[in-house]
Amino acid sequence: MKNALVNLENITKSFDGQMILDELNLYIRENEFLTLLGPSGCGKTTTLRILGGFEKPDKGRVVFEGKDITNLPPNKRNLNTVFQKYALFTHMSIAENIAFGLKIKNKSKAYIDDKIKYALKLVNLDGFENRMPDSLSGGQQQRIAIARAIVNEPKLLLLDEPLGALDLKLRQDMQYELIRLKNELGITFIYVTHDQEEALTMSDTIVVMNQGYIQQIGSPERIYNEPENAFVADFIGDSNIIGATMVRDRLVEILGARFACVDEGFGENKPVDVVIRPEDVELVAPSDGTIQGVVTHLIFKGVHYEMEVTANGYEWLVHSTRMHEVGTPVGIKVDPFNIQIMNKPESEDEEAVGVNE
Amino acid sequence: MNKKLLSAPFLFWSALFIIIPLCMVFYYGFTDKDGAFTLSNIMAIATPEHSKAFFEAVKLSLLSTVICFFLAYPLAMILANLKGKRSSLIALIFILPMWMNFLLRTLAWQTLLEKTGVINSILGFLGLPALNIINTPGAIVLGMVYNFLPFMVLPIYNVLCKIDVNVLNAARDLGANEAQAFLKVTLPLSVPGIISGITMVFVPALTTFVISTILGGSKILLIGNVIEQEFTQTGNWHLGSGLSIVLMMFIIFNMVISAITDKEGDTNAL
Repeated sequence: MKNALVNLENITKSFDGQMILDELNLYIRENEFLTLLGPSGCGKTTTLRILGGFEKPDKGRVVFEGKDITNLPPNKRNLNTVFQKYALFTHMSIAENIAFGLKIKNKSKAYIDDKIKYALKLVNLDGFENRMPDSLSGGQQQRIAIARAIVNEPKLLLLDEPLGALDLKLRQDMQYELIRLKNELGITFIYVTHDQEEALTMSDTIVVMNQGYIQQIGSPERIYNEPENAFVADFIGDSNIIGATMVRDRLVEILGARFACVDEGFGENKPVDVVIRPEDVELVAPSDGTIQGVVTHLIFKGVHYEMEVTANGYEWLVHSTRMHEVGTPVGIKVDPFNIQIMNKPESEDEEAVGVNE
Repeated sequence: MNKKLLSAPFLFWSALFIIIPLCMVFYYGFTDKDGAFTLSNIMAIATPEHSKAFFEAVKLSLLSTVICFFLAYPLAMILANLKGKRSSLIALIFILPMWMNFLLRTLAWQTLLEKTGVINSILGFLGLPALNIINTPGAIVLGMVYNFLPFMVLPIYNVLCKIDVNVLNAARDLGANEAQAFLKVTLPLSVPGIISGITMVFVPALTTFVISTILGGSKILLIGNVIEQEFTQTGNWHLGSGLSIVLMMFIIFNMVISAITDKEGDTNAL
């Protein structure tokens, strides 16, 4: 916590009586690529706007480099934002757009010209100085929006779903571009998205949010492989989430069959949820499986086949490179390491309540 | 073919009521009583009597346009910043007077401003000296501002509503304070609305004769009054048409100038 660049402390915010953020606590380390991930309305954009200074929290503090900036207006904060729909100044040329912040800070013309050149080179748009924003494609406009922000040398760059308006191919290119930029510039990125794949590709740390609460904080691998609750498991990728009973340490009973697992400390005969990723479900000969079932659906997805197997009353989602025709009896096997055990939420509300690291 | 047919009523209408009358105005403007070609009707603008009415009209309509702009801009900003139900209600309040007859509104001001009118009666009742507003240039400007203000508010309101709030947020984010964000972003982006607002106020104000007749008495002659009199009282259609053409050319010239400067403003902005 001491080395944190930004600390959000007990941030609470509601609009028209509706709670958006409830006692949110989060710290962001220097030089981190942190992603706020969640469905729309989860509070991720509000968190970003509070950081940028466009919203004031009802309660709580924003501490930036050790100083309380909760009440500072956006223009007094040493951070910059890249907005969702670029928000370029359409009445100015690209050079004027990039120079905007520097001119306000009364930098010399030579300095500004240097910076414009440098920024355009960085985003691979050399020679675009005199173009107007309207003559650029969406992807190019987004690069200019990034260039306009980074010439001000912020400590922290906030990105609000910057790739949301781009098509798939361009989005993937821009993801690599952003990782490269972050490494070259050595500044902290806070990235907001609802796209789990984007989050997994780019982030050092992912913060999964739902209904104003943080659900889980962790590295992409950890969030994917060890989701702490059903919401995270469901939101990050496809998964089989099944009610089960923890018989004892390292043994779980799923749909009446006993599976070996690696988790301990849940108690004996305790109801739990298990998460099994579709690619971790192995289809074998019926006699070799822990559970027996029948393939009910088959779709070819390119990289793999997606199948549904009905076994012991549950439809298992399975990804495999080996095809099994519909109607084939199969056995299901799962490696103990690939069974993730989660505590059951105690009530409906509990599902949304913060799970702290 | 069908689509062309659909436009037929409009073409017929514009031929009958716009193009033919315009041709007649040009015909009368460039001929004398005997039908011979002459420029004297056009040159008549140079006589002291006419040029005085012309410059008086330019002066008062410019003044009204400026006042309208300074009243309308803040108002449009307030309206544009209101969100939801309230904004449409308040916008309605400003549009409402436009649904009332223009003559009635102007006559209402006459009743208010007259020497023995409503305002002076109240002032007299309170023991205050009477105001002498009616039949002054001030009364005409007041009438113009009152009547034409909505035409300035609406186009500015429209462009302001279209400005993405994140563009302003971006300006603030890049270090601009509120005043800088306004001057460098909001104002330049609203120029198209300002120009159409100015045109929509300046042109009718310049050519009006109703407001100057009702609120200016017969003391102040504007170019609109002169033209109207040539048609309705003197019966000299040739002179009336000639002066109309001069006025029309002046307006077109101004609009072309503003269109050119607007385009330049687009490429080398602030």
